[in-house]
Amino acid sequence: MSIVIENLSKDYGAAPVLSGISTTIETGEFVAVLGASGCGKSTLLNVIAGLEPPTAGSVSVPAGGAAFMFQDAALLPWLTARANIELALELRGIPRAERRERADGLLELVHLSDAGAKRPHELSGGMRQRASLARALGQDRPVLLMDEPFAALDAITRDLLHDELERLWRAHRRTVVFVTHNVREAVRLGQRVLLLSSRPGRVAAQWQIDASVRTDPAAAAALTQDITARLREEIRHHAH
Amino acid sequence: MPTSATATVENRIEGTVEDLRELEAGLDHLQEGPAAPRRPAATRVLLPLGTLLALLSLWQLVAWFASPRVDLVPGPGEVLGAAASLAADGRLVEAVATSLQRGVLGFLLALAIGTPLGLLLSASAVLRRGIGPLVSGLQVLPSVAWVPAAIIWFGLTDATVYFVVVMGATPSIINGLLSGVDTVPPQYRRLGTVLGASRAQGLLRIVLPAALPGYLAGLKQGWAFSWRSLMAAEIIAVGGSIGFGLGSLLQQGRDLSSMAVVCCAILAILVVGIVIELLVFAPLERRLLRRRGLAPGAGR
Repeated sequence: MSIVIENLSKDYGAAPVLSGISTTIETGEFVAVLGASGCGKSTLLNVIAGLEPPTAGSVSVPAGGAAFMFQDAALLPWLTARANIELALELRGIPRAERRERADGLLELVHLSDAGAKRPHELSGGMRQRASLARALGQDRPVLLMDEPFAALDAITRDLLHDELERLWRAHRRTVVFVTHNVREAVRLGQRVLLLSSRPGRVAAQWQIDASVRTDPAAAAALTQDITARLREEIRHHAH
Repeated sequence: MPTSATATVENRIEGTVEDLRELEAGLDHLQEGPAAPRRPAATRVLLPLGTLLALLSLWQLVAWFASPRVDLVPGPGEVLGAAASLAADGRLVEAVATSLQRGVLGFLLALAIGTPLGLLLSASAVLRRGIGPLVSGLQVLPSVAWVPAAIIWFGLTDATVYFVVVMGATPSIINGLLSGVDTVPPQYRRLGTVLGASRAQGLLRIVLPAALPGYLAGLKQGWAFSWRSLMAAEIIAVGGSIGFGLGSLLQQGRDLSSMAVVCCAILAILVVGIVIELLVFAPLERRLLRRRGLAPGAGR
């Protein structure tokens, strides 16, 4: 049931984007994939999601596949928040009679009960991402792939959504692969942080993060510094 | 991971569920802007009405200056008189009804032909490459160019009129649909894949609704081309079994050298165009764009 990535490489023409990535992501694990621009983080997610084929190597994803959350919420603008979620349920094959109730339940889960009838343009950025998260949970897949979902949000909203995401992850125990370029975010959320090098992306380093570290501000700050130092080292390679 | 640590973390999280809900509700309220005030409806009516009055006054002024030659420059009064007499003998109503019926029917025919063709072209890159340039070429070709051919094929019958209208409107409808599909953000297609949509579901539930604004713009242009083509066809093809339309009225005005009748026909053609825009396309467009959070154009 785990995600097994073996010797995965991906090229676009001559340019290698990902090179020889191997890792196993356990069921229910929360992995943060961290890297500077051009490290192929998003490509890695797309390959896991099956949106792009790998050039070499293999990825096996548990039966049932993966839900995906995009950086912009990718809610369909002509549908209300509720109808956006209902569409995901419909495409999953949930009968019409159940959709409404389930969508309301999912909205309640992300504290958007009052916003179900609103259209995406009437929602704030944070509300859109919560609706998008509710839709991803509504897909009911064992794996949730998140591509910098909070990058465009203000810091206050992002902090709040970190708490929200952690709460939902604890309650629903999906396997989460969370791509970010924000070291604090990676340390805040991940049980494990994978650092990718850039051009091509390889696993440069990884850290296991104990819950006690994540909840201890001093320890978390120290680890954030360590990881930042390592990330900068990677970036420095590209100076010349 | 020691169990005691897990327990503490979960307690901490449990304790914050209500906090979170409250915090989020607070932020949601702060981040939601006040609803934009709608422009008062009065200006939407008064401004165009003011323009109309100004134009009428200007027209009257010009007519006074040219007053000895009423036959060349009839004033609003003369044209109104001509309209009254045309209305009295039933010709005006007949012309408007005939043209409108043909315009609408021809447009619906073009819609029924253009929509499936547009879908086919948008689905097949090969067809698109082969036929796309031809469609764009036909869109540029003035549809009045089809009138002689249509008369040779169909004679002076209604088929001639419908043929010209369909040839005029269909390329716009096809191209509108194509540009609508082309401008669907690639993100939406990926979303469809991620949500597990089949090809048909992706097309019906995601791509086509997303393409609707472009399609509607194409329909609007298609209607404009229908109406113009129809007038061209009616002016040239008179007689035979072709009914009496606004273009025929225009031509009749010319034959009688009656500038008042010509002006009356031009105004009627203009008014029908404005009425269709205001009653059909403007509300559709307004509704479509407002639902998507796109501001409709000024003055709608």
